[in-house]
This record gives sequence, structure tokens and C-alpha cells, in this order.
Amino acid sequence: MWRRAVALSVLLALLAGLGAGCAHADASGPIRIEIKIHYSHYDPDAIAVPHGVPITFVLINEDPIDHEFLIGDAAFHERHRHGTEAQHGARPNEISISALTTAETTLVFDKPGTILYICHLPRHEEYGMVGTLTVT
Amino acid sequence: MRRLLSIAIASIALLLTAAPALACGGLIGPNGAVNLLRTTTFAGYHDGVEHYVTAFKFAGGGGAFGSITPLPGIPSNVERGGDWTLQRLVIETSPPAPEGLLLAQAAAGARDSAEVLFQTRIDALDITILRGGGDEVGVWAKDHGFSLPPDAPEVLDFYADRSPIFMAASFDADAAAERGQGIGDGTPVHLTIPTDNPWVPLRILGLGKTAAETVEADVFLLTDERPAMLPNPSDLLANSGLALDHSAAASEQLLADLRSDKGMEWIPQQAWLTKIAIDVPAATLRYDLAIDVSGRGTPSLRDAGFSPFGPLPVPPTTTGVWILLLASLLALPLGGVWLLTVAARGGGPRPLAGA
Repeated sequence: MWRRAVALSVLLALLAGLGAGCAHADASGPIRIEIKIHYSHYDPDAIAVPHGVPITFVLINEDPIDHEFLIGDAAFHERHRHGTEAQHGARPNEISISALTTAETTLVFDKPGTILYICHLPRHEEYGMVGTLTVT
Repeated sequence: MRRLLSIAIASIALLLTAAPALACGGLIGPNGAVNLLRTTTFAGYHDGVEHYVTAFKFAGGGGAFGSITPLPGIPSNVERGGDWTLQRLVIETSPPAPEGLLLAQAAAGARDSAEVLFQTRIDALDITILRGGGDEVGVWAKDHGFSLPPDAPEVLDFYADRSPIFMAASFDADAAAERGQGIGDGTPVHLTIPTDNPWVPLRILGLGKTAAETVEADVFLLTDERPAMLPNPSDLLANSGLALDHSAAASEQLLADLRSDKGMEWIPQQAWLTKIAIDVPAATLRYDLAIDVSGRGTPSLRDAGFSPFGPLPVPPTTTGVWILLLASLLALPLGGVWLLTVAARGGGPRPLAGA
């Protein structure tokens, strides 16, 4: 009996933990996910979303410095590690977020897989500004 | 008022580009970056006033760049420093002195921005004294062309929580070249700061560096009395990365030489000279140097940035460790005596049956 109670508690805790990093559905539109940027780190830095559904990322930059939210595959990130664009924003998966501001972008992920979101400003990735998006 | 020696410093090259900061990675490469050479700083405290002298020396790169230095209070004066103070201190603590050193010329958004308290220009340096929180100072720096590194938000908050006063210095390498200043030459800056705040900002020396990069700096302190410091540079157990290179009463000759430099008339007749060498990975340097020259020997945990005021736990002190060691040494013979006593009373191990 005691073991069952413990197992149930652990299962509930795991489910709650998963929920914290998952997308929140809104009946009236795309799924909205808030990502805070604080001390040059994404919070959360691991997110799971379903494929084929519009996802709106709300990017809240709490830092007094600029940041980026660039999301894509390995080849995409490799290009941006050596890129020269001063500002992003024309493409929905390349967003610049000015200091102490909020930006939004909406994306649809066609197939399951795992990709990264990274800030490619100098030394930001090295400092740990990397997150993982799992498309289920 | 606590008599302390305060500040020393810190100046980290925050890359500042003449053009707007570009957004993609790899733009500040090895050839485009400006590196701060070994920093040498002098902090003297006398009659409730701190005198802080540092030279801005940079190597590599071109165009404009700058630094931000936390201060323990609002300066009452900012001026060009004397020509030989820092060099004379090096000679005093690192004999034999290199030939000709004394002759070397020191020339060698969403929220409000910070409040500008004071602005001046010294040689090719534009100096601005700011008051504000970490966000405000960060915004001001961004608005004025500083490209702050990713650790800047946390580091600025670390300082602003204790003293919201900063000095921003932007350095135009091209202008310096026009003045005949070469790479490696510096401009000494002398700040006069009425304060009783006893901390010396060290953490900011690691700003913008990767975890593996090393911070190298020399900090000279001149105080009326021998200072107590936290972390204690002479405490090997603290493993702070600070080394006490020199600690002695300042010689009359040294004091006379310092007093004869520009702006150094305040040097007292007697003083204690301390030199601290810093050679530590940037990832380790997450504290400041708290100083107490009151004679009470109680440098402030808060001023050093230790828990609960900062991210690090309080370091072990030599005193505590020695007490623990002494207690252990005393416990051994006492324990032995107790065991012998118990055995003598028949309480020891019983012989095996049939033995």
C-alpha cells in the first residue's frame, strides 16, 4: 500500500514537471509559450511542443543587453555562428530582442524531432544561452 | 567611521564598436578584439578619503572601446593621475626594478538609463560617473555604444546592489594613436572618493572572459594601519587565487616619492603598503576584496560579496581550521587515555573463550 502511494506521488510529480516545460494551449489561437531571458540564459531551456500546430513564442528579455532567439537545425546554427546580420526579424525563426523588451514570433514545426534555440551574439552561446525544443 | 582603504580595481575591456553591434556570432574575432593587459591599481585611504589610481592599458584592435568600473562612492574629483605613482609602487614591491621604469611616461528602454553625475575627458579617455542599478547602467552603456558581454547583467547587479556608482571609460584607440600613445601605453586616472566603504571590486576583472581565461592584476593598498582583508590573501586554505606579495610599513623614501607625484600631496607621513597579486581563472573570481583598517580585523562579508550577500559561501578562515586541527590533536591523546582507562577497569575486549 505504502509503495503504491509513493509510486503514485512520483508519477504525479513527473507529470507536473513535464507540464512545466510544455506548451500551453489556448482555445482561441496558437499555443503560447513564454520564454524569459535572465542573466543571459533562457528559462525554460527545454520545451516540448506538438508538430503541425502554430506555436507562439513570447520572448521576454529581462536583461539590459540585447539577445537573440534563433531556432533551427545544426546547419542553421552553424551558419549563424559566422553570420554578419546586424539585426534579425524578417524570418520568424530569427528574432532579435532588444534590452528589456518583449518580442513574439509564431512558428509551425512540421515533423517530430529535436532542435536548438540559441543566441548567437558574441560569446552568448558559449555562456550557456542554449535551449532545446522537442517536437513530438 | 570605519577607517579603511577602499577600492582598487577593475576594469574590464567591454568591447565597444564604433558601428552598431552586429548580431551574429564570430564578429569579434581574435584580431578584432581589444584585450586588457595586466591591470595595476593603487588605492590609498587617508582621512576618510579614498584615492584610486589606475591606468588604462589596452592591446590589440583599433577604433573605440571602453571599460566599466564599480566605485564605492561618488568621486569628488576625477583627474589625470600622476606620471609615476604606479611604476614607483611596482619598483618598491618587485625589486630589482627594470631599468628606466621610473622615467617611463604613464602616457605610456523599457527602463530609465543611469543618472550621469559627472563627465570629463582625460587624454583619449572619456570618463563618465554613473549612478543607477544594474539595468540602468547596462542600458546607458548600450545606448553609448558599449557592447556588453553576456555575463554583464549578473555582474552589474552584483555591484549595484551594494553601490550603484560606476565609472565608464571609453577609449578611442585612433585618438590615442594621434596623441602618440602606442599599444601598451596607458592613461592614469586618479579618482578622489570620500567613503567609508571598504571593498575592492575584483569580480569585475573577469567580466567578458571565458571561464578558462585567467585574470591577472596587481592591487596596491596604502593604509594608515595594516589592513585585515577578506578573502585573506595570506590564507592558503582559502584558495582564493589572491597572493599577498608585499605587506610592510611603507618606507619614508617611497612615501616621499609618491607624495611628489601629481595629485599625491595627500600621502601621509606614515603608512602601510600592501600588494596583492591576482592570478586566477575568471570562473573562480566571483568575489571582491573587503578591507578593514580599523584594527578590529573584521572585514565585511557583504563587501566581499559572500553569502548571504553574494553567490558564494563564506570561505573558511584560518582561525577556524586551526581550532579544528588543535581540537583533533587534543582529542587523540585524550581518547587514548580514555581507552586505556576503560581497558584497565576491565571494560576492554574480553579474552576469547578458552584463551
